[in-house]
Amino acid sequence: MDWGQILSNSASFIIAPATIAYALAAVGLSVQFGYAGLLNMGIAGFMALGAYGYAISSITFGLPWYLCIVVAIAASVVYALILGIPTLRLRGDYLAIVTIAGAEVLRLLFLTSSFDQYTGSADGLTGYQGSFRDSNPFPRGSYGFGPWTMNENQAWVTVIGLVLLAIAVTIVFLLMRSPWGRVLKGIREDEDAVRALGKNVFAFKMQALVLGGIFGALGGVIYALPSSVNPGSYVTSLTFFVYTALLLGGAATIFGPVLGSVVFWVLQTFLGNVLPALAGIGILPVSSSQASTLRFILVGVALMLIVIFRPQGILGNKKELTFVK
Amino acid sequence: MSSDSTPVPAPAAPPVPHAPRPKSTGLHKGEAVPGVAKVDPIIIADGVRRTFGGLTAVDVDHVEIPRNAITALIGPNGAGKTTLFNLLTGFDKPDAGSWSFDGKSLSGVPAYKVARMGQVRTFQLTKALGLLTVLENMKLGAKGQSGEHFFQGLIPGIWRKQEKSIEAKAHDLLRKFKLDAKQADFAASLSGGQRKLLEMARALMSDPVLVMLDEPMAGVNPALTQSLLDHILDLKDEGMTVLFVEHDMHMVRHIADWVIVMAEGKVVAEGPPLEVMQNPAVIDAYLGAHQEIDLGEITGRYHAEEKN
Amino acid sequence: MSSPGLISTRPRTMRLLAIFGFALAAIAFFSTAPAAHADEVGLEDNPFRVSGNVQFNGDPLEDVKLTVEGGGYKAEVETDAEGQWRVGVPEKAEYKVTLDESTLPDGVAVVEGSNEQTVEVGPGGRVTTNFFIGKGERNVTPFIDQLVERLVSGLNFGLMLGLAAVGLSLVFGTTGLSNFAHAEMVTFGAVIAWFFSAALGLPLWLGITLALVLSGVFGFLMDAGIWRPLRKRGLGTVQLMIVSIGLSLALRYVFQFFIGGGTRQLPGSNSPEIQLFGSVSLTVIDLVSMGISIVVIAALAFFLLFTRIGKATRAISDNPSLAAASGINVDRVVRIVWILATALAGLAGVLYAYYRPGLKWDMGAQILLLVFAAVTLGGLGTAFGALVGAIIVGILVEISSLWIPADLKYVGALVVLILILLFRPQGILGRRERIG
Repeated sequence: MDWGQILSNSASFIIAPATIAYALAAVGLSVQFGYAGLLNMGIAGFMALGAYGYAISSITFGLPWYLCIVVAIAASVVYALILGIPTLRLRGDYLAIVTIAGAEVLRLLFLTSSFDQYTGSADGLTGYQGSFRDSNPFPRGSYGFGPWTMNENQAWVTVIGLVLLAIAVTIVFLLMRSPWGRVLKGIREDEDAVRALGKNVFAFKMQALVLGGIFGALGGVIYALPSSVNPGSYVTSLTFFVYTALLLGGAATIFGPVLGSVVFWVLQTFLGNVLPALAGIGILPVSSSQASTLRFILVGVALMLIVIFRPQGILGNKKELTFVK
Repeated sequence: MSSDSTPVPAPAAPPVPHAPRPKSTGLHKGEAVPGVAKVDPIIIADGVRRTFGGLTAVDVDHVEIPRNAITALIGPNGAGKTTLFNLLTGFDKPDAGSWSFDGKSLSGVPAYKVARMGQVRTFQLTKALGLLTVLENMKLGAKGQSGEHFFQGLIPGIWRKQEKSIEAKAHDLLRKFKLDAKQADFAASLSGGQRKLLEMARALMSDPVLVMLDEPMAGVNPALTQSLLDHILDLKDEGMTVLFVEHDMHMVRHIADWVIVMAEGKVVAEGPPLEVMQNPAVIDAYLGAHQEIDLGEITGRYHAEEKN
Repeated sequence: MSSPGLISTRPRTMRLLAIFGFALAAIAFFSTAPAAHADEVGLEDNPFRVSGNVQFNGDPLEDVKLTVEGGGYKAEVETDAEGQWRVGVPEKAEYKVTLDESTLPDGVAVVEGSNEQTVEVGPGGRVTTNFFIGKGERNVTPFIDQLVERLVSGLNFGLMLGLAAVGLSLVFGTTGLSNFAHAEMVTFGAVIAWFFSAALGLPLWLGITLALVLSGVFGFLMDAGIWRPLRKRGLGTVQLMIVSIGLSLALRYVFQFFIGGGTRQLPGSNSPEIQLFGSVSLTVIDLVSMGISIVVIAALAFFLLFTRIGKATRAISDNPSLAAASGINVDRVVRIVWILATALAGLAGVLYAYYRPGLKWDMGAQILLLVFAAVTLGGLGTAFGALVGAIIVGILVEISSLWIPADLKYVGALVVLILILLFRPQGILGRRERIG
């Protein structure tokens, strides 16, 4: 068992694109769920729109990478409006059902062979990085050090991902200190009370849904940028994993979603390496594929335990339990 | 309450610890019958009806609420008071009817716009926003905040000055409502009575024209009652109109200028408090049948006034 | 899973762990040997890929041989249990894909196009081609026959969904919990039935009976070990829902841990077909499945309408505090509802394993949304509404595949769900004033 390799692999996920992608999506979810109390159970749908929006714009329409990102954002805005208009006036659990159903509809539409020439159906899409890599300012070579050594393409993805994440966190930081954020938190507590004070609750909820959706789509872009888009990634489990990361860090905190994503991915990678290794040398009496399944069982158990015993997350204030009643 | 067991209070002002304030009179035109026209109505409702399944919760032919007066809406449980409240404030939609506020029709106007027009309400079950601090609760009440717009909210420079003045106003109101010591606490940590006070203070942050209070006294301990009553009377002195739903008859008698009685969704009587309470129809529909009117006696409120 | 210190200081944690222990123990002896498939050929060595599906009436066909040829490259591949195959190819070029018709089941043939297709690996580096297989002798089925067949099939699917939906709805009505782990109760039933009747070789009826009993026991233990303590702890409905999501994830992967990622068959899944009229035929299993569903649903209706506990259940759904105040033992009714709901879900799982056909670790999750759709459609928390909703969803899913591609048939149902929420958010049988 190579502990050095295992620890290095785990540490590399502190700033891996997947971690940044989860962090972006979790920041989006913190706006929607943590601050506004909106039960978006379909963040995977927003991420899928981001990933496919980017990839299809690049492959089918040949757009440059920054316009692909704009298309991804535009798609998520339109989608948020479509979901929000019918449901944001209704009770919270309807939004949950509609967002989760909407995410599935999107996934099935991307998966079907009917639109194979655009979506690649079950195979997903690859080979859309051209424009992005062409614009890479890093010359060919190796960057970083230790576990965080990457080639010029990985470095470029990581830099863009971190920039987007920094922008997202800054926006949330500014908004949540503003009167806008105050209204949003008020809506989470009791939307009727806020309505009685003359605030257009629907508009605020819609803005939160759209903003969170944009961050989710950006997460999808970063998730897809390093290699490929695979429809199997955007299942409901992805939504649940992002929720786990969010709740781990603290749903109504600025840096909680980021910290939660880092912890989630580092632990996932660590377990994903350690458990099969333990099985390999006979310490765990299971096969190696069973050993790698174990970590997902642990995610589920962890999610339950967090919600039951520390619903405010790592960074949350104990008094400030952040759950919608 | 039946008239033979409790003496009818004298119309003359009783010697109570606080300075009595004169009641507004001459609010109506003609005989005080249900639906009577007012000299200066602020709300006029016509044919407002709301049914839930087979049950008619509200069926009001015509009612007017007088301006710059304190009007009490009373009636037994299930009379439709809160439903009428919800309809007038846009929180519920009637099956039929029209109503106006300050001469502007409110049919189909959403709740938040009604509030922006100056008609602000509180709730029967207090809606303090528990995980916001008391001060944040107050600041939320202010109208026309530029920082509540998404893009302007991003730039603190735009809203900081307005925020300062809102904060100053919030401090004034909190001091007046004796909540200033609590301003940094989460609203969830307040007592039931303090939450009622907070909710009322928060409503005042928007400089309302009409304040609608749904059972302001429910769950308030007697020590706070007097201050709440004074606050309500202050609203009128400051030029606002108050409409409140209440079960506590002593309170109604004490501060209301006008009383509207509902039963089974209809307005069955209205008039100045003392006259209404002697109306046999009212005693039948409400006072005779229900014991909560003796609540005041049990808690000892206004005992001096009663026995005077 | 957790440190010993946690266990000794936290009785609730221990109870949670006991539940997982039960889940592990109940299926502890499953074999885990993965089935060998040559469904993926040359993917590691080649940058591009050709892949596809082989389906018969929308159902996957396994072990069909295909050849991919072009540019001097040739590879042979067989379809997997999902009817899928993938072949890595060296260049972005044209390839000829040939389906070996002798490896198709008897009496079927390629109906759309020929058994040779030419594909071009385009800029995406991947290309997919599908073969549509029909009855060899006949190319066109009359529309009315197709419609009837889909209707019957949809009714079957709907009744099966109904078994799961009623349980979900009853739990929601009595406890306010939107239980995402209900999907795993469905899988649990199928897995247990498979374990006893296929892995251990017990008679099928005994395997299914044991599946139902153990499902009920599982429900009882979950209520006692997780949900009742959490209710007493005062968790909000959203918190409870997220706990159920965690439980759903954990159980789902526990199933994968024991049965692996592949599809497994229950005994007798290849039952003979019965000709009804025209070209409409049904398998014996479809008929038995519908019969069982109808009998169970009738029994359930009797229970809810005429027994004391059933009436209490509906009373609690109506108004929990009023029901408690009028002397109904809410905890006891909720316990019975849990046992009932999980047993029904287990039965639905067994029937679904025959309907799909085959059982898989995430089979419950595949229909969870349809079950939620059924419950929402019928009106949240009304048992009979859920049943009506389920039948509508089932028929909708099947009928819609007459016009839209089979791999989009769930989309139709979900879009209808969203539209119904738009126009009648209280559902079909729900009451209007309940919603905001």
